[in-house]
Amino acid sequence: MLVYTLKRLFLALLVAMTVSAITFSLTYLAGDPAISMAGETASDADIEYIEKLYGFDRPIVVQYFEWALNAFRGDFGESYYFRIPVADLLLERLPVSMTLGVSAISFAILLSIPLGVLAAMRPNSLLDRLALGISVVGQAMPSFWFALVLIVMFAVWYPIFPTTGSETWVHFVLPTIVLGYYATPAIMRLTRTGMLEVLGSDYIRTARAKGLPQHVILFKHALRNAVIPVVSLAAVQFGFMLGGSIVIESIFALHGAGYLAWESIGRNDLPVVQAVVLVFSLFYIVLTFLSDLLNAWLDPRIRVG
Amino acid sequence: MKKFLAASALASLALVSAIPAALAGKADDTLNIVWERELENVDSYFNTAREGIIVTRLTWDGLLYRDPKTMDYVPLIAKSFKWVDDTTLEFELREGLTFHNGEELDADDVVFTYNWVANPDSGVKTQRNVNWIKEAKKLDKYKVQVMLKEPFPAALEFVSGSVPIYPQDYYSKVGPDGMGQKPVGSGPYKITEVEPGKKIVWEKFDGYMKDGPKGAPTIGKIVQRTIPERNTQIAELLSGRADWMWRVPADQADRLKSSGKVQIINEETFRIGYITMDAAGITGDTPLKNPLVRKAISYAIDRNAIVEALVRGKSQVVNSACFPSQFGCESDVTKYPYDPAKAKALLAEAGYPDGFAIDFYAYRNRDYAEAMLNFLSEVGIKANFSYLKYAALRDKIRSKEVPMAFMTWGSYSINDVSAITSHFFTHGKDDLALDPKVKELLQKGDTTVDSAVRKQAYSEALKLIAEQAYWLPLWSYNTNYAFSNDVDFTPTSDEIPRFFTASWK
Repeated sequence: MLVYTLKRLFLALLVAMTVSAITFSLTYLAGDPAISMAGETASDADIEYIEKLYGFDRPIVVQYFEWALNAFRGDFGESYYFRIPVADLLLERLPVSMTLGVSAISFAILLSIPLGVLAAMRPNSLLDRLALGISVVGQAMPSFWFALVLIVMFAVWYPIFPTTGSETWVHFVLPTIVLGYYATPAIMRLTRTGMLEVLGSDYIRTARAKGLPQHVILFKHALRNAVIPVVSLAAVQFGFMLGGSIVIESIFALHGAGYLAWESIGRNDLPVVQAVVLVFSLFYIVLTFLSDLLNAWLDPRIRVG
Repeated sequence: MKKFLAASALASLALVSAIPAALAGKADDTLNIVWERELENVDSYFNTAREGIIVTRLTWDGLLYRDPKTMDYVPLIAKSFKWVDDTTLEFELREGLTFHNGEELDADDVVFTYNWVANPDSGVKTQRNVNWIKEAKKLDKYKVQVMLKEPFPAALEFVSGSVPIYPQDYYSKVGPDGMGQKPVGSGPYKITEVEPGKKIVWEKFDGYMKDGPKGAPTIGKIVQRTIPERNTQIAELLSGRADWMWRVPADQADRLKSSGKVQIINEETFRIGYITMDAAGITGDTPLKNPLVRKAISYAIDRNAIVEALVRGKSQVVNSACFPSQFGCESDVTKYPYDPAKAKALLAEAGYPDGFAIDFYAYRNRDYAEAMLNFLSEVGIKANFSYLKYAALRDKIRSKEVPMAFMTWGSYSINDVSAITSHFFTHGKDDLALDPKVKELLQKGDTTVDSAVRKQAYSEALKLIAEQAYWLPLWSYNTNYAFSNDVDFTPTSDEIPRFFTASWK
């Protein structure tokens, strides 16, 4: 297990470094950062001034290694746009994204696992079709459209929920539903398939033959086994949500890290883009790493393979 | 079942009570404005966004003020002003003015501000606003002279907007970071709260001058929130949680207007669109070097049709390389009305009877660009279209890789042709014509304070530009403002919403 863990750890670090190098290079391909920073109406003098001020005239390799060393120490530099340390910006914006991500994945799990279990209990029943219908709609519907529908319904027609801001938990209700619903189909389908498979297995038949109550069979024996791959999937979905919340944060004016990254790309605020992509990648890498370990712990065959 | 119903009712009550009260408008004398852009720093010398200009005009005053209707420069912090010579401006200040923190405003603050921004080490972000200043000196407590590096008649534009006066004592202590967090100005509204990138709150400044050209503010409180998504802004406006938004696309503006819940006002802006063509052959040997070809392109595009169908609002076709209200903008120039037959004849005369292929770039309004591509293809010009981000496109232009592009320019809301024509035709990196005569004429206009001489020089330059078809000026842009029926608000063509003139109905 130790060898396997070390191997995965090494691989994760390699991925993190590659991601950081690619991000750093790619951000420079989107045009001269000095022009973006100076704004649409800047004169040549403004642009040259900024080029010198931020050292854009130096070789990109030199700029990368300087950035990577500092990032390793937790110093992501200063935002070109806000002129404050990127680390401070991230500390301010990450909690919003994390709150949204955690609440959305919780919502998704609370909705999709019971739905998946219920659907698997009676395959091809009305309930099963309903669950699959919810799943298909969730997969087909663009999240920005769903967000706007909710805004029109619950903010314009029946003003129950606020549509912007992140001051209280109520502000997170609509964004959570939109983002959480996005993850529902995959988790629900996997739960349903897993449950169907487990419910048809010999040990469940034995349990039934022993006359165990239905809820004990379902939740104690079947679900515990069926949910194993779901845990890995949920971890990956959570990673997706952190990165994929850009649109949702933008629509609901949540000012989280996802939206910060999106805006920073537009204004070529390179230190922010680089830091957010790196931090999100690290989250993702850690989650994948943990789910790999979990799988290996649950199924010893993986460790050998 | 009863238990379930009771629990549901309790849960709903808890939910509703947790919802923050909707931000009222007229009822609690608070104007809620929303816009999409995060402002990098409230300190007006450290942001470049148009929203920053709005914040500046509300919070700070300059020595002069440009009347948005007459476009005249009138004294603001100054009581009077005069040109002593081509490079010296003299200002006499009003007495008894104070900043929001109670600090008195006198010559020391003016001299401090001008000398501080004139020093490149200060790091002022928009150098163009201040790099014409040599130094300022105090003559007495209420009299100041500002020396220019060289004759620069457009200086009054900057004095009247982009160089707000800062409190010497406060700014010396807190610097740009402190000013960004707790701004102190002398304008009609004082900032009471700043949440960077999210929210700014102003209160009416009771100590503001009573007889100034900006008028006395009437609305008690202004709250600005940044909402990036336009549809969300509209939802906020319709639900009464916002009172004002701008830049509403034409189709959405129509729908909003028909709802009857808000007012929509359309206003033209200083921004104009244009097609720049590589007349000097900077990018290689293209057909655009031939003036007949450039004229053919100019005749080939039906600008009126695009304005009517797509740009809409108060936009109008522009024929000269400037916005019509700008000082020195000559509109009596060679015009190129839509005439595809003439375009084809000119192409044939130039040796391209079957047309040619050319790279064509754009960075905004893809639909306008595509309409132009259609018009060009009708006369046989096959444009290889590339749509890039602004920074990438301007980078390419500066690297001499763009023979033809659809661009726009807002002149930084400056009502003077030096902010547009001189920028593009005095052999800078954005000049694809490199005409020495045009450069000479524009520089003559840029460096004398004699209005008649300036007008004459600009007129000749603009006529030459149009006659040679170096640019095809397209149209002016417009903005739709949407705001609550309770608000009395008048937009202006310089695209600077002046909330200090707004009031409740």
